[in-house]
Amino acid sequence: MAEAVVSAAVSAPSVAVPAPLPVRAVLPWAFFVGLLALIALYFVGAEQGATSVFAGTDVHEWVHDGRHLLGFPCH
Amino acid sequence: MHASTVRSLLVRGMLAGLVAGLFAFAVAYVVGEPPVSGAIAVEEAKAAGEAPAGHGSHADHGGGTVAVEAAGEEEEGVSRSAQSTFGLATGVLVYGVALGGIASLAFSFALGRVGRFSPRATAALTAAAAFTTVYLVPFLKYPATPPAVGNPDTIGKRTTLFFLMILLSVLLGIAALIAGRRLAPRLGNWNATLAAGAGFVVVTAVAFAVLPDNEDAVATGFPAGLLWEFRLASLAIQAVLWAVFGIVFGVLAQKTLAPRAAADQEGRLGAPAAG
Ligand SMILES: [Zn+2]
Repeated sequence: MAEAVVSAAVSAPSVAVPAPLPVRAVLPWAFFVGLLALIALYFVGAEQGATSVFAGTDVHEWVHDGRHLLGFPCH
Repeated sequence: MHASTVRSLLVRGMLAGLVAGLFAFAVAYVVGEPPVSGAIAVEEAKAAGEAPAGHGSHADHGGGTVAVEAAGEEEEGVSRSAQSTFGLATGVLVYGVALGGIASLAFSFALGRVGRFSPRATAALTAAAAFTTVYLVPFLKYPATPPAVGNPDTIGKRTTLFFLMILLSVLLGIAALIAGRRLAPRLGNWNATLAAGAGFVVVTAVAFAVLPDNEDAVATGFPAGLLWEFRLASLAIQAVLWAVFGIVFGVLAQKTLAPRAAADQEGRLGAPAAG
């Protein structure tokens, strides 16, 4: 084990392995931006298909080709 | 200081996602639109051959609108030329920016926790993992379908199963990563990675067998060559999106984190120059 650590340190001294970012610094961003991103993905991938937030089919039709080509079930 | 690092990584992740989305849009427009148009032509031909009463169930999407308009009825909607250009760009770019943001947050969690990888290598691994779990694995069970292939009546079930498959695949990927890290001290990095990868494949295969089959069976008479061309295009779009994201975000993350890594190292030596 000690040998492995030494050889790793010797063989890759120039690679800067960064210290982990504290989880508490990542979590708030993950929560808020993650939520916004998921809402955006919902509108691209599913709105006015199985479920609708807005009435009509304009959102569905506008992103229609992207929805099919990105792999989402469309219609 | 850490929070601002996470924020700048997030901004760069969304930026890299935007660049990746532009490349993906180019691929989608060049190789994706021809099979979509081909499928809509098949759909129109089918609709034209049916009784006009059948149009009601097709009116909720672009191809149906075209067919309805071709049949002489007026319906408000988005034109095919708008769908295949600005509409397509909107979908792909929003997808790229949103997933770029999420991937950069996954990167912030993974950085320094998944092994001795530089920021650039961590970014490449994050992109590869995202491509595999968010797209490739769900695609293998519930492959992308062009217009005219699906049955509109099953859209609810198909949507639920598809998103469930993404969630399951991402969770299995995270579980495999954690298991691999736990096994590493005992098996060594190489064997631990192989064991975790094998575990992921086996559990995914079991999930494929247990989950309901795709009800979206290809409509009788739909050209097999066209379906293959469409699915290959879908795969190419996602492969390009994630490859470009991994490369661009890797460069940006490396630059963002380089001063910090230098400060970490020199801080220990008592040299404040890079601070
Ligand atoms: Zn559709």
